[in-house]
Amino acid sequence: MKKLSLVIYALLLVGLIVAPFFGAYPVFVMKLMCFALFASAFNLLLGYTGLLSFGHAAFLGGSAYVAGYGMKSLGFTPEIGLLAGTVAGGLMGWLFGVLAIRRQGIYFAMITLALAQMMFFVALQAKFTGGEDGMQGVPRGKLFGLIDLSNDLTMYYVALVVVVLAFLLIVRTIHSPFGQVLKGIKENEPRALSLGYDVARFKLLAFVLSAALSGLAGSLKTLVLGFATLSDVHWTASGQVILMTLVGGLGTLSGPLVGSAVVVLLENKIGEFGTFLGRVTGVEWFNTLGESVTMVTGLIFVICVLAFRKGIMGEIIAFIDRMRSRKSAR
Amino acid sequence: MNISTSALLSQLLLGLVNGSFYAILSLGLAVIFGLLNVINFAHGALFMMGAILSWMAMEYFGINYWVMLLVAPVIVGLFGVLIERFLLRWIYKLDHLYGLLLTLGLTLLIEGAFRSVYGVSGLSYDAPDALSGATDVGFMVLPNYRAWVVVASLVICFATWFVIEKTRLGAYLRAGTENPRLVEAFGVNVPLMITLTYAFGCALAAFAGVLAAPVIQVSPLMGQNLIIVVFAVVVIGGMGSIMGAILTGLGLGIVEGLTKVIYPEASSTVVFLIMVIVLLIRPAGLFGKEK
Repeated sequence: MKKLSLVIYALLLVGLIVAPFFGAYPVFVMKLMCFALFASAFNLLLGYTGLLSFGHAAFLGGSAYVAGYGMKSLGFTPEIGLLAGTVAGGLMGWLFGVLAIRRQGIYFAMITLALAQMMFFVALQAKFTGGEDGMQGVPRGKLFGLIDLSNDLTMYYVALVVVVLAFLLIVRTIHSPFGQVLKGIKENEPRALSLGYDVARFKLLAFVLSAALSGLAGSLKTLVLGFATLSDVHWTASGQVILMTLVGGLGTLSGPLVGSAVVVLLENKIGEFGTFLGRVTGVEWFNTLGESVTMVTGLIFVICVLAFRKGIMGEIIAFIDRMRSRKSAR
Repeated sequence: MNISTSALLSQLLLGLVNGSFYAILSLGLAVIFGLLNVINFAHGALFMMGAILSWMAMEYFGINYWVMLLVAPVIVGLFGVLIERFLLRWIYKLDHLYGLLLTLGLTLLIEGAFRSVYGVSGLSYDAPDALSGATDVGFMVLPNYRAWVVVASLVICFATWFVIEKTRLGAYLRAGTENPRLVEAFGVNVPLMITLTYAFGCALAAFAGVLAAPVIQVSPLMGQNLIIVVFAVVVIGGMGSIMGAILTGLGLGIVEGLTKVIYPEASSTVVFLIMVIVLLIRPAGLFGKEK
């Protein structure tokens, strides 16, 4: 199993390295990578600690503004911009975490949602965010003052390195003693408490880490695309990342990667897919599918919750385990 | 500061109108959560359905406001029966979070469906003739419709409170919230009770929606921001008490209205700020019980 997944990750990495030479549009792949990082950071919290944050849009979008402002108006170099965004995400995460951890379960989700909505209104009214127009024209600049990122291909490999490093950090965290305690809290909080773990502190740390990495994803997105908009701070972005994690598989390392790819592709390509279905089946309604992304997203949510809670990777892993146990039983 | 009394009073009334909607919606959320352990994210969408249904009835069939004030909640209530019977029923044994996610999916479905027909721009809906205009009550000019919204909401809220706290039916409901299996052992049809409770909560949301149609612009997304504010209201009040939900909703509406006069920039965030303060001082909420 371990060997197999290592091979698959290596293949994925090689695939990403050569992708620009096989006609993949670098900016689109970079966007995909940002969301993959965002979903992985989110999964660290929901999948491994059992905390449903409904406010992660605040970290993605808030950091996007901070990094964008730094690079555009304060003359930050890209690496300082990314760092500033990550720190901003972590700080917001600490603030949200301190408040939300005071309540459990469903209240936790409602509090994070409400706090993120507050951030949305702040972003809407603040001067530096550009309000409804968003923040435009963020320059990519020169990495360390040396490497010019205005070339898409250079930017692509820098983004790839950042995302891979961040992903490795998440993997390391999950397999560390700290990660084991988080899993213990998820499985049985009272027991973790009675074993003497300071549960609240562990939760807060996990929250800050997840928020900081989400902030990194948001800052990277601004660096790549050159703008930050309100849609990243809107609560639907929080819903989107939940969906990505759920579709891919809660509490699996690969799940958020698969889930984010599925959701982003779906939202970008559903119009074409609908036109294709309309042509093949001759049903007129499919042609309008592109306009009803929200409905399709909603439908996937409902199906996932009712019948598909393990997600794509969760089902595949369960399937492989079943095959293996059947083989060893023989 | 130079704020005229009449401007202050009219903002207060507007705050009270919004507070009435908060009260009805958080009341419904609390009743549903008590028995089903589901936080109904779709509440905002159902509120929107109530408003849009009355707009549609007027636009296509010429059915007036008063009829829809009764019919829209019934339709949405029946819709709630379907949701509970075919969807929610399967997830009661799971973590509470799945209830939130399922109803979130439903919200996107419902709002997406209406949006694909009506877009996002507002549809105008006039108050019925009997309630249009305003009455001069001496110290201020009272818009009739707004006064009606507040009165109607208060009546509905207190009727609900009375049924739940003072009648036999309410006693079953409260017992079901405490221990559904024991209540079932006494011969009460708990699954039916759950269905009806959910339907009732949905109908309440739709009732608020019809009330809101002439004061808030009717649009497929009108429930979206509202539901998040109502979540904050629920966190502030705590879901333990019916009266708590009503009072918190009204109170926060008034505070919001006052903020509009004193410092308009903060009016959209003040409820969330209050939530932060309450979490710091009384984490269980104003009317919640410390566990």
